[in-house]
Amino acid sequence: MADYILEMDTISKSFPGVKALSDVNFKVERGEIHCLVGENGAGKSTLMKVLSGVYPHGEYEGEIIYNGKAQQFREISDSVKVGIGIIYQELALFPDLTVYENIFAGNELKSGPFINWNETITASKKLLEKVRLRITPETMIRDLNVGRQQLVEIAKALSKDVKLLILDEPTAALNEDDSENLLQLLKELKSQGISCIMISHKLKEVISIADKVTVLRDGKTIGTMDAQTEEITENKIIRSMVGRDIEDIYPKRPNQQIGETVLAVRDWSAHDSNLDRQVVKDAHVELKKGEIIGIAGLMGAGRTELALSIFGNPKHYKMQGELEVLGKKRKLKHTSEAIKAGIAYVTEDRKGDGLFLLQDIRENISAANLQKIASGGTINVNEEVKVAQHYKQSLNIKASSLEQEVGKLSGGNQQKVSVAKWLFTEPKILILDEPTRGIDVGAKFEMYTIMNELVDKGMSIIMISSELPEVLGMSDRIYVMAEGRIKGELSRSEANEENIMALATQ
Amino acid sequence: MSFFGELKTLLKQNIREYGMYIALVVIMLIFTILTNGLFMSSRNISNLLDSAGYIAVLAVGMTLVIVIRHIDLSVGFLAGFLGAIAAIFLTRMDWSMWLVIPIILLIGILIGLISGFLVAKLAIPAFVVTLAGMLIFRGALLQVTEQSGTIIIKNDQFNAIGNGNIPAIAEVAGLHLSTLLIGLLAIAFFIYSEFKTRRTKNKYGFDTLSMSMFSVKLVLVSAVILYITWILAGYNGFSWTLIIMLVVVLVYYYLTTKTVLGRYIYAVGSNPEAAHLTGINVQKITLFVFGSMGMLAALSGILYTSRLQSATTTAGTLFELDAIAAAYVGGVSAAGGVGKVTGAIIGAIVMASLSNGMNLLGVGISYQYMIRGAVLATAVIFDVATRAKRA
Repeated sequence: MADYILEMDTISKSFPGVKALSDVNFKVERGEIHCLVGENGAGKSTLMKVLSGVYPHGEYEGEIIYNGKAQQFREISDSVKVGIGIIYQELALFPDLTVYENIFAGNELKSGPFINWNETITASKKLLEKVRLRITPETMIRDLNVGRQQLVEIAKALSKDVKLLILDEPTAALNEDDSENLLQLLKELKSQGISCIMISHKLKEVISIADKVTVLRDGKTIGTMDAQTEEITENKIIRSMVGRDIEDIYPKRPNQQIGETVLAVRDWSAHDSNLDRQVVKDAHVELKKGEIIGIAGLMGAGRTELALSIFGNPKHYKMQGELEVLGKKRKLKHTSEAIKAGIAYVTEDRKGDGLFLLQDIRENISAANLQKIASGGTINVNEEVKVAQHYKQSLNIKASSLEQEVGKLSGGNQQKVSVAKWLFTEPKILILDEPTRGIDVGAKFEMYTIMNELVDKGMSIIMISSELPEVLGMSDRIYVMAEGRIKGELSRSEANEENIMALATQ
Repeated sequence: MSFFGELKTLLKQNIREYGMYIALVVIMLIFTILTNGLFMSSRNISNLLDSAGYIAVLAVGMTLVIVIRHIDLSVGFLAGFLGAIAAIFLTRMDWSMWLVIPIILLIGILIGLISGFLVAKLAIPAFVVTLAGMLIFRGALLQVTEQSGTIIIKNDQFNAIGNGNIPAIAEVAGLHLSTLLIGLLAIAFFIYSEFKTRRTKNKYGFDTLSMSMFSVKLVLVSAVILYITWILAGYNGFSWTLIIMLVVVLVYYYLTTKTVLGRYIYAVGSNPEAAHLTGINVQKITLFVFGSMGMLAALSGILYTSRLQSATTTAGTLFELDAIAAAYVGGVSAAGGVGKVTGAIIGAIVMASLSNGMNLLGVGISYQYMIRGAVLATAVIFDVATRAKRA
């Protein structure tokens, strides 16, 4: 009989409109490193949020048994009390406080009503030794690189006497040395009896460290592999990650005409000075007239950064390389220049940086090309209504009137407004970033049909997507990105889910 | 759809906007009853509108500043300081009013642009930038008025801005003729433009109000204009302050509702990141809005100085907070992207009516502050509640 520290039994969790988890079973033995893998949106993070009490008992179905006892966590502090520690992808440290203040933040060592700083510092020193971080506890978090910050997070978890440590993509932002160092540390902690759940997209790492691997797909457990009883290979994992029937919801483009190159980047690199990281490295991408190219990759692979760096560089990356638009070499310094050059970018985050949610449909659709319906700076509102009506009909935007606030539309209709806004700029090159994220299957199909109509009319589309079936179904060619680089280019005929995933997890 | 059905949907859709007008009417009615009609007398209404002028123009600019999610605390003392500078130009240098006013407005724009630059380019919070401005201009005002104390202005032309009325030409049955003519012209223009809009809308095949509702709207608005004109014509006619206020509202109304620039201002307020990705130059818009605020602060300073016929050492004290209050009563949202300049004017008139009415009733100043505070809170609560309900 195995000694399980954690048993999650038939866990289900729904959000309005989506079932994120259905009957997931997940067991972790005491003292093992258990990796959780799956595509974006497979339900890994949701499962960990259920476990840590972010979604309190009652908001999910199923049972959590920890240390042999059924648990009902009402909030995060409940799970912390029993020794579960979770470290998220986005670190939760205070950059302007010292290491020791951070380690004991929320868990201060007190004598009476006052914080005992001497004891705090002494305890911090011990914890830092434990995670093999050779810095003084007085260092500011801001002065540490991401790898070291990660170690501080682990020290913080250890300070709470953690028994089960959960890491969500801990190496995603780390360089190779730091990653190696971190994995080594996890093995050491394991020898001290600390169990560990690690979510990761990097399959090589997973294989090197995992005692067991559980694969999630579409909110369901696909299976658990045990390194002691079978050899775990990347191929095996990838097959369970993606193996599903591709429903044929991708309309065909029978008389497609592919023309000359309309957009090309060469030796294209972007450096984000806020993160002090190369977000795009030596990319070569080419887009032809009437073509849809897909850009596949996992989260953080640099796909959105690539798109933004082409679209007038609104994040002010330090750029290198060459951009050619419609046969002319261009340096686009502002989004307005990119729009004039014939490029449009439909964001992945329509609520965050896409739409004006308080404004109505009409005002959103016209926003990027007001000059066209204005003379001498005065808007011809009647023309504007005509334009908005046209797109409402042609894209089938469902709303009571054009005066409806965009914030009150459904996701699919918001996405259509977002697309309409950019079509009104009459682009030659349309970049769609996750065009079907968060919308239902019917709206997805409509989106694909719209894309086909556009390329039929001679537009060229770059589609960034994390959904492999969509990438395979819609693209003429596929670029796969990982860690800011284009790891490979596949034609429609040679691409399949396995070889894309293999490139994306390199 | 029946007439009342249409009325009901109109009311429902525009409850927030109409709510403000209804509130103003209710407040005016209450004071009229309590003062036995004194409140609505020609003389009092004329005074009330003149006393609202210098806050109203500030509130218009402040509304735009709040729409783009910033704030400007410096405008009170900026108005006071620029009023004092105007007084110095007029008295010590003996310059003509026609030279002084453009110069003062220009200085206002420049100062606004400096605040705007710090906010837009250097990303310093507007609260801090304009708080610093408030201190600086307060000091500057003291500096220029310290030795002389209050500067008395003897330029009649300039003093007429805050105290004078447009020439009457003649009196007809005791009424101010030119005021009546302007009122009638305004009504004619209103009806003409309504018909014109309706005709173009029909040409495009768009929905318009039913003929009966359209007629009701025409009659109602015309009646209100006529009534105000009639009241004012019974005293001294339109004041220059009122004319200036109306011009400011008309210009800003046109700017915010009809132009590309206006649309960009609301876009930036609604979602700055999206505005940036839409190709809008967010920094330029921010600069424009602060520049306009600076100009209106200068105008406010001119109106106030002229009204007092002098520049005092404390001119402008708390103007900025009155303007912010008027903007919020007028329906601007602190979350950005929402707020109308017509609302700001109504808000300013509501606040002025409260002070004026309570003064007539002899309500103590301590109660006046509390009641004005309560009205401000109520207006914003109503605004938030109706917004949540529609969501």
